[in-house]
Amino acid sequence: MKTRRWPLYSLLAFGYAFLYVPVLLLVVYSFNASRLVTVWGGFSTHWYGELLNNTQILDAAWLSVRIATVNATLATVLGTLAAMALVRGGRFRGRGGFELLLTAPLVMPEVIVGLSLLLLFVAMQHSIGWPDGRGFTTITIAHITFSMAYATVVIRARLAQMDRSLEEAAMDLGARPIVVYLRITLPLIAPALLSAWLLAFTLSLDDLVIASFVAGPASTTLPMVVYSSVRLGVSPQINALASLILLFVSLAVIVAGLAMARKRD
Amino acid sequence: MSMNQTAAEEIKADSQAPAYSDNRLRHWLGSRWRPGRWVTVGLPYFWLLLFFFLPFIIVFQISLAEPQIAQPPYTALLEWVDEAVLQVRLNLGNYALVVEDELYRAAFLNSLWVGLVCTLGCLLIGYPMAYAIATAPERWRVPLLMMIILPFWTSFLIRVYAWIGILKGNGLLNNFLLALGLIDEPLAILHTQTAVYIGVVYSYLPFMVLPLYANLSRLDMTLLEAAADLGCRPWRAFLRVTLPLSLPGILAGSLLVFIPVVGEFVIPDLLGGPDSLMVGRMLWTEFFSNKDWPLASALALVLLALLVVPFVALQRWQSRLEGER
Amino acid sequence: MASLVAEGQSGHTGQGAQEGLAAWQDPTAKPYVRIAGVSRHFGEVHALNDVSLDIYQGEFFSLLGGSGCGKSTLLRLLAGLDTPTRGRIWIDGVDVTDIPAYRRPVNMMFQSYALFPHMTVEANVEFGLRQERMPKAERAERVGEMLDLLHIGELRKRRPDQLSGGQRQRVALARSLAKHPKLLLLDEPLGALDKKLRTHTQFELVKLQERIGITFVTVTHDQEEAMTMSSRIAVMDAGQIIQVDTPGAIYEYPNCRMVASFIGSVNLFEGKVFGREDNDILVAGDDFLVMRLRCLQPLSLGTPVTVAVRPEKMRLCPECQGPGDNRVTGRVEDIAYLGNVSIYHVRVSPTQVVTMTLANMQPRTEQMLTWDQEVTMTWSPSCGVVLTE
Repeated sequence: MKTRRWPLYSLLAFGYAFLYVPVLLLVVYSFNASRLVTVWGGFSTHWYGELLNNTQILDAAWLSVRIATVNATLATVLGTLAAMALVRGGRFRGRGGFELLLTAPLVMPEVIVGLSLLLLFVAMQHSIGWPDGRGFTTITIAHITFSMAYATVVIRARLAQMDRSLEEAAMDLGARPIVVYLRITLPLIAPALLSAWLLAFTLSLDDLVIASFVAGPASTTLPMVVYSSVRLGVSPQINALASLILLFVSLAVIVAGLAMARKRD
Repeated sequence: MSMNQTAAEEIKADSQAPAYSDNRLRHWLGSRWRPGRWVTVGLPYFWLLLFFFLPFIIVFQISLAEPQIAQPPYTALLEWVDEAVLQVRLNLGNYALVVEDELYRAAFLNSLWVGLVCTLGCLLIGYPMAYAIATAPERWRVPLLMMIILPFWTSFLIRVYAWIGILKGNGLLNNFLLALGLIDEPLAILHTQTAVYIGVVYSYLPFMVLPLYANLSRLDMTLLEAAADLGCRPWRAFLRVTLPLSLPGILAGSLLVFIPVVGEFVIPDLLGGPDSLMVGRMLWTEFFSNKDWPLASALALVLLALLVVPFVALQRWQSRLEGER
Repeated sequence: MASLVAEGQSGHTGQGAQEGLAAWQDPTAKPYVRIAGVSRHFGEVHALNDVSLDIYQGEFFSLLGGSGCGKSTLLRLLAGLDTPTRGRIWIDGVDVTDIPAYRRPVNMMFQSYALFPHMTVEANVEFGLRQERMPKAERAERVGEMLDLLHIGELRKRRPDQLSGGQRQRVALARSLAKHPKLLLLDEPLGALDKKLRTHTQFELVKLQERIGITFVTVTHDQEEAMTMSSRIAVMDAGQIIQVDTPGAIYEYPNCRMVASFIGSVNLFEGKVFGREDNDILVAGDDFLVMRLRCLQPLSLGTPVTVAVRPEKMRLCPECQGPGDNRVTGRVEDIAYLGNVSIYHVRVSPTQVVTMTLANMQPRTEQMLTWDQEVTMTWSPSCGVVLTE
């Protein structure tokens, strides 16, 4: 297979450029002194300062981070249980339905998930009086419902790779099932738990559509603020916010990636 | 067969005697009463039934109601008339409207069309990328793959937003082309269907590349060497060996792109114009602007029905693959 | 280590109540492990079918068979990692059938070794003792003993991925012995080692077992390994035990064609019984071959039988023929020179080729047999086994 590879690699480079140039431009123009986002008016960190004084954005960001944290934690717990059930549970009644319910949120359009959950919450409030009003709780529940499916995928893959005889060996050496789980299974799938947590966290932080449906008038998440601001037109503050988010996420992913690579060596 | 056959038979007889019924009960319980297992299956199952399955039943119920100005803004299906007669009021008008009205039909057709065009677009850009990564030197693969995944971790909304600044009338792309002298006046791209195509392909590209890579990297490259050894030219080897073998990856990636794109809301809303009607956007408008919850529900269910077919195909195909493994 | 040796019982051949008699030959001896009518079905697949087996204290017992014969399933049932569909299992007089793995006085060495990758060698060996809530000082002492016993003291701080295959095997062995189990189960204990190391380790395992006296049950597909190490072997096929006996008896007196051809190589002649003289029967082979064989079994005339003769039992005529020996003539078709011995394939009829192994007592150049040479082979009536199954 000695074929010339440069056409292939130039296609690859084009693909990466397509993926990264828009984001890079976004970052570059966040340092633009001009209010016009598309005309370069000199270097400035002015918009970052404005951003840090924008209480509406900061409040929304704080709400989003709180929701994302609770969501990531609970979604990872539920995802771990679901993955255990699927990989270790063998055959059980209703397994097909369970798998369907776990896969469907991965591809379900967000508008449908958001609408259906809102209608559920309204109906529940109407009939049993809970949840009383919509906000933090309803958004978190909605986010857990779909990020749990993603968490399950990540943890399931890791669990399926794990040598089953490790758990059997522990049991053979006298460890009760709960001890096996805590001392063998969990430590060995820890990297997957971390990825699942981070994934659930970002999914929640990123969600606009579902949160818009299930949020009450008093609770506005960060994507909702960004969305309403973007609809009015391009704003340099949003560029600054975007750059900060990109910086944060890239650092987190790179650190996690390096940590895992080191662990593998 | 062993010399202890008689002894073994003795014990076997003992084991079936009633004296062991106590043990048998424990045995029966032992295999069924496993609290840990009930929690592992039960808790996520319960959650999904309550917050994922039940909502659809409610959506279905409301899609059969009529809107009213009240709280909640729809009529009840079941009503007690004079405390004695249970009245059932079903309204199929919402479905009739969704199916018959020109506007909704156009929205559905356009959504499917956008889904199709963008899936092809992702495939055209994504396949060479996945192939190049899968055949790249070992040590390059992980970083290259990381670079595909990285955008996936960053905000979707922000990545769509980035394109507004690029595609605007006085945006970066137009400025760039004007400066080069390739065009005389700014192109109107933002708020057209073209902008939607660009935005969707851009946002969903990783969903196409990842399953394709997963498939291609497992592909046995000695097959290509064997094909070359048998006198097959590289291009023909690709068409007759690699491409057919990567069909499962193509299918997986296409469904992962197509299904969510058909219901997409953010991209057509921010980048599209009045001509880019899509179901997700209509549903949003009916719900938030027109407050017509029953109609929005009907739209959601019709959209769901349209997507169930490819979804079930995906599910079937996945479980079949796992069965093979 | 001293304590371990003291706790164990003496003897590789099992502890007999009567002196000079192996436990399994002694009708009064109590079996240590008793498997009674055990079946294990996985849906439609019957991995084990009504298996009964007694194993005595201090034995080095091997379950031998090809893949899918049910040997590993049986081992897992003994460990408690799986429960039988039917039947019961006793260990040291206790019905353990419903006792889960973590409460059984049994430990297992896994084929993959299953060393916990996130723990050091020391922590791996200590794991089982921790579960017993053994005091820390005692635990440390026991771990030290185990590491010394297997000569891996210097590896105690390493992690499994920093060990070689042989070292891993020792750590796995130390870990499974640390709790002083009543029974040690070994799943293909040498399967992951290369050939040279394997031969060496076989002898070491036997020595270790003799020293500590713990009953060993091992699973293997390698008949040579089973022959070298075991006090007794159970040959398994299709979820059933075909024959249980000492290695010698299994080799010399297989009870059916399957065992005869699974262990070592063998020549099989089909025929029918046509007469009896004292302790011998006469068999008419399909190729007009008449054979005289030692057989105490009462067989009626006309019974179809298979005669099994090991290649090394064949000798060359005329120099080696004794009175009453069987003989067969053929043409040398193939010669495989293996150094110490040579293997000859001799065609004796259009449908039958006989294999004969001869020790190379002279240098190769002076060998007398060559291709296409006509030879007559002979074997004594006591060297052939009459099989009816």
